[in-house]
Amino acid sequence: MQFLFRYANPANFMRLSAAVLPFTAIATVLCIATALYLGFSAPPDYQQGRTVLIMFIHVPAATVAMSVYGAIAVCSLLSLVWRHPLSDIAARAAAPFGALFTALGLITGSLWGKPMWGTYWVWDARLTSFLLLLFLYLGYMALWNAIEDETRAARAAAILALVGAVNIPVIKFSVDWWNTLHQGESVISGKLAPVFLAPLLIMMLGYVLLFLTLWMVRIRTAIVERRARNLMQAGVP
Amino acid sequence: MNFDMGAYGAYIWPAYGVSALALIGATAWAVAAWRRAKTKLTELEKKK
Repeated sequence: MQFLFRYANPANFMRLSAAVLPFTAIATVLCIATALYLGFSAPPDYQQGRTVLIMFIHVPAATVAMSVYGAIAVCSLLSLVWRHPLSDIAARAAAPFGALFTALGLITGSLWGKPMWGTYWVWDARLTSFLLLLFLYLGYMALWNAIEDETRAARAAAILALVGAVNIPVIKFSVDWWNTLHQGESVISGKLAPVFLAPLLIMMLGYVLLFLTLWMVRIRTAIVERRARNLMQAGVP
Repeated sequence: MNFDMGAYGAYIWPAYGVSALALIGATAWAVAAWRRAKTKLTELEKKK
């Protein structure tokens, strides 16, 4: 906790993120390029044929979408309980990317579902709870924009984020709790052949790094915008 | 590398296309917003 509060200071965050950003950006490009090379070089799956290629972008998008919501929930808790100075900014900055990864998870999942299940969409537990995640992101962003007073907006958005966090375990375990068309977990349980597992894990790392890079850029932007607003309020034309 | 998708190309290429477009678009949007904010702050600090 002490570590967190040390870097909660916007000046410290600006310094640290400026040093880290070039490395995360380069690592993102390297990971995604390597995963694309390995993925397109992998043989067709014995059941799914070449549609297995969609897995390399669908699973990372869906995993990052859920993780980003978890990060927003943690930031919201820090904001409500400890009044952590950067947590509201960080939570708000993550939301558009979370929504984007969720939309990508839904679109790529649909495009994978049609040739494998014979349908783009089915109202089963996994797909419906994941669609709900997109609505939670959209609602969270709308709430921030709807309330003019930033302190009140931050508090309302933080409460919504924490309530919505209930949906994350529902998405995760929906394939175990209910009968769904969606396949069960196959990464941790070791069901994937190494030739598919390697590009998947590297792409996942690439997506995580991409999110972290974009998140830092957005937080830095929000800090700079706040400084500019303070200067304007102080009378600088 | 094998780019022959057979009959599945109609699903695989749109999935990759949409993902590439969205991720490159998000990066461009974030960088553009950063540059705009930085320019504005620099101008205000000069006037201070």
